[in-house]
Amino acid sequence: MTDTTTTAAVRAGSPRTPDMPDDIRQHVCTGAAGKRAATDMSREARLERKRRAISGEPFGPGSHTDKEGKTMTGAQAIIASLEAEGVDTVFGYPGGQAIKMYDALYDSTKIRHILARHEQGAVHEADGYARATGRVGVVLVTSGPGATNTVTGIATAYMDSVPLVVISGQVTRGVIGTDAFQEADIVGITMPVVKHSFLLQSNDDLTRTFREAFYIASTGRPGPVLIDIPSDLAGEEMVFHYPDKIDIPSYRPTYKGNAKQVRQAVELIRTSTRPLLMVGGGCVTSHACDEVVELAETMQIPVVTTLIGKAAIPCSNPLNLGPVGMHGSKYANMAVTECNLIIAVGARFSDRVTGKITEFAPHAKVIHIDIDPAEIGKVRDPQVPIVGDARAVVAAINERIAKTGAEPVSDEWVKTCYGWRERWPFYTTDFADYPDRIAPEIVLERLSAKLDPHASVVTTEVGQHQMWAHQHVHREESRTFISSGGLGTMGFGFPAAIGAKIGRPDCQVVCIAGDGSIQMNIQEMATAIGNGAAVKILLIDNNALGMVHQWQRLFYRERYSCTEFTANPDFVKLAEAYGWTAERITHPDQIDDALDRMLASEMPYLLDVVIPTNQTVYPMVAPGAAIDDIIGAIDVTLGGVRVTEKGMSPAGEHAGAIAEPLPLTDNDADTRIAGATADVVADESAQKGGE
Amino acid sequence: MKHILSVLVENKPGVLSRVTGLVSRRGFNIDSLTVAPTEDTTMSRMTIIVEADEVGYEQITKQLHKLVSVYKISDLTDTDAIERELVLFKVIATPDRRHEIIEIANIFRANIVDVGKNSLTVEATGTASKLDALEDLFRGYGIRQLTRTGKIAMSRGASDK
Repeated sequence: MTDTTTTAAVRAGSPRTPDMPDDIRQHVCTGAAGKRAATDMSREARLERKRRAISGEPFGPGSHTDKEGKTMTGAQAIIASLEAEGVDTVFGYPGGQAIKMYDALYDSTKIRHILARHEQGAVHEADGYARATGRVGVVLVTSGPGATNTVTGIATAYMDSVPLVVISGQVTRGVIGTDAFQEADIVGITMPVVKHSFLLQSNDDLTRTFREAFYIASTGRPGPVLIDIPSDLAGEEMVFHYPDKIDIPSYRPTYKGNAKQVRQAVELIRTSTRPLLMVGGGCVTSHACDEVVELAETMQIPVVTTLIGKAAIPCSNPLNLGPVGMHGSKYANMAVTECNLIIAVGARFSDRVTGKITEFAPHAKVIHIDIDPAEIGKVRDPQVPIVGDARAVVAAINERIAKTGAEPVSDEWVKTCYGWRERWPFYTTDFADYPDRIAPEIVLERLSAKLDPHASVVTTEVGQHQMWAHQHVHREESRTFISSGGLGTMGFGFPAAIGAKIGRPDCQVVCIAGDGSIQMNIQEMATAIGNGAAVKILLIDNNALGMVHQWQRLFYRERYSCTEFTANPDFVKLAEAYGWTAERITHPDQIDDALDRMLASEMPYLLDVVIPTNQTVYPMVAPGAAIDDIIGAIDVTLGGVRVTEKGMSPAGEHAGAIAEPLPLTDNDADTRIAGATADVVADESAQKGGE
Repeated sequence: MKHILSVLVENKPGVLSRVTGLVSRRGFNIDSLTVAPTEDTTMSRMTIIVEADEVGYEQITKQLHKLVSVYKISDLTDTDAIERELVLFKVIATPDRRHEIIEIANIFRANIVDVGKNSLTVEATGTASKLDALEDLFRGYGIRQLTRTGKIAMSRGASDK
C-alpha cells in the first residue's frame, strides 16, 4: 500500500500545478477555480447569490468583460457566455460535435474543465458541485451518445430540483432529422426531465439563451436546463453582447407568500397543540434554515426532515427528530402520525415519506409552503396552501408570530416526542445483530463523530448504506449531505462527491457507497485522481444488492432473485489500479484506525468495509403500509431488541414479533472474509513497515 | 368532466410536444386539440379539451403553468365562451336527392363547397351540438368522409377584464 501511495502521489502531482493537476493537458486556468475562498459559502454570500439570481442579473461580470463587443465564433461566444456567468468549473467529455466548443475552451483562463470518464459521471459531478456550493452546475458534452448518456444525470437533478445547465453539441442544422452520425433528438428525449430546454436556431439568440438558461435553472424551483447547439452555429461568426438583465414574461415564480394565507397559517400554529415541522429540500434551496429553526424554537415545534431536507436543521438541535418515512425513526414517524398540524416547508409529500397516503398524519391539518404551485394539493390537500419562497414565507410567519405574541406550544407535546426518542432509538451501542462482524450503523456513527459536521460533505449512493447514512450521519450545516432522493440513482453518489470536492476543496468529502452502486460509475476513480479530488469512499460491502435483497427477504419469501453478487471485483486492488489508496476491513476492532487512516489520507481513498449480507436496515415501513406500521425498531424498554409492533415481521409473523437477525449465509463467503482478513493483516504490516 | 383550456404559448418549434407530452405524462387523455398562431405572430393559441376530475384538472393547469413556453391558461369550461368547430362532410348525393341535402345545409347555415357526380361536400361551423345534429341527418344519406377540426374557443368581450 505504501508503494501505491507513492505512485499515485507522483501521478497526481505530475508536471502540472501541484495543487490543481489537470489530467489531460488542456489549458492553464488562472481563475478562481480550486481556490475559492471559504467565505463563498457564508450566509451573506449565499443570500447575495440568491438575490442576484432572482433579479435576472448574471452571476458573473455579464457584459463587463473584455470580450464584450468582439467578433468571435459561436463556440467562443459560448465560452465567453459561461465566463460572463462567472462559471469557474465545467464538467464534461469532448466529441465530434463539441470539438469547436472544446477548442474555444482551450483559450479560457477562467474556466477549469473536469474531464469525466463517462457523461453520466460528468452530470452527477456537476450536480454534486451544485448541491455542495449552491451554484449552477455546468456540463459540456457532444451529440448523440454523449447527450443520451446525460439523461439519467439530468433526471436525477430534475427530481431533486438541482440547478444545472447542460450544453450538448448537435449535428449541423442542415442534417438534423437525417439520422446523421451521432445524431440524437436530445431536446425531445429529455423533455420530461428538464425544467426547460433550448435548441439553438441562430447565433442571434445565443447569449440571451445562456442568460435565460442560467436564470431559469437557478430561480423558482431550480432544475436542469439543456441547451442543444448545432455545430455549424458554433463555427459561425457573431458579435458578442452579453445581456445584463433578463425578464421572461412567461416565467414569473412567486416568491412572496400571500399575506392572508400567512395570517391563516399563524392562526393554525397558535391554536395547534401538537404541531410538527416537516422540512424538505426547499429549505436548503431557499436558505430558510435559520428561519425554520427560529420558528421551531419560538413555538417549540419538533421537526422531521426528508432525505433532501437533511442538514437543513442542525442535528444537534433537540427539536430535530430527524429522518421520517420508510426508514425514518420510529419516533419521527410516531410524531407525524400523532401530530395535529403539519407545517411542510419545501417538502413534497413523497411516497417514501408518507407511506400509505390515506393513513398519513390522520389527525393533522396541513400548512404547505412551496414555491411550486403544482406541489400543493398534488398528494395531500392542505388547509392552508402558501405558494412562495420558503425563506420569505417562514420569515413572514415568524414576524407575524412575534407581532401577535403567540405562546409556545405546551411542552407536553415535545416531551412526548422526546420520550418516544428515548424508547425507540435508531441504534444502541450495546446492540449488535452479528457481534463478530462489523455493524454498518457503528461504522457510520464513528465516521460521523470523526467528521466536522459543519465543514465536511457526505454523499451517498442509493440503497441500504444510504439509509444508514441518513440515520447515523450527524450534520450541522445545509449542503453537507448529498443524496439522490427522488430518482434514487445508483451511481450518483461517487461522482457527486467528486463534484462536491471540486466545488469545496477545503472540505473533507466522503462518499458512502454500496458494492452495487459503486460499480455503476466506478470509472470516475480516474476523474478523481486526475483532478486531484481527494475524495474518500466508504464502501459498505455486503456482496449483494442489499436493499432489494432485504425486500426479497422480508416480502418475497427469501427468493433472492439476482441480488447476490458472485463476481464482485477486489475493490482494494481495483482502487489501487486507478492510483488510489485502499484497504479492506472485516472486524469491528479495525473500524476506528481504518477510518482515521482514510480521513488522514491526502489521496483519494477507498475503505472497503465488509458486512454480512443479511444485515437489514431497520426500522422499516413496508411499501404501501402506514408509516407508524414499523418493522424492527429497537425498543429499549424491552432490553434493546428489534420489535415489530404491528403489520408483518421479517419472519412473516404478526404483531408483537421480534425481528431476529437471520444467520450468516453462503453469500457472506467466509472464505472471502477470511482471505480478506489475511490481506488486511499483510497490508497493515506493510504499512507499518512503510512508516 | 370535460374541460376546455385555452392556452397561450410561445410560437416556437417543439412547444406543441412540450404541452401534449406533459398532459399525457401526467396521466391524462386529450380529447381534442387545435393550435394556430394568434394576432401576435410570436404566440400561438391552443384549445385543449381534456377529461379530468377536479384534482386532476388542477394538476394539469398547474403543471402547464410551469412550462416556460406557456404564457397564459384560461379555463373556458362552464363559461359563456364562444365555441366553434368546423366540419367537412362528403355526403352521398345522387342527383335526385341533392336538393334535400342542400336544403338541410341551408337550414344549418352550412355551405356547399364541392359537388361530385354522386356526392356533395358540405362545410359547417358551429357548436358541437349543432354539428352533431347535422351529422345525424346526413347519416341518413350516407357519409363518405368526415373531418372535424376540433373545438376552438374564446371568451366573450363582456367577460374580459
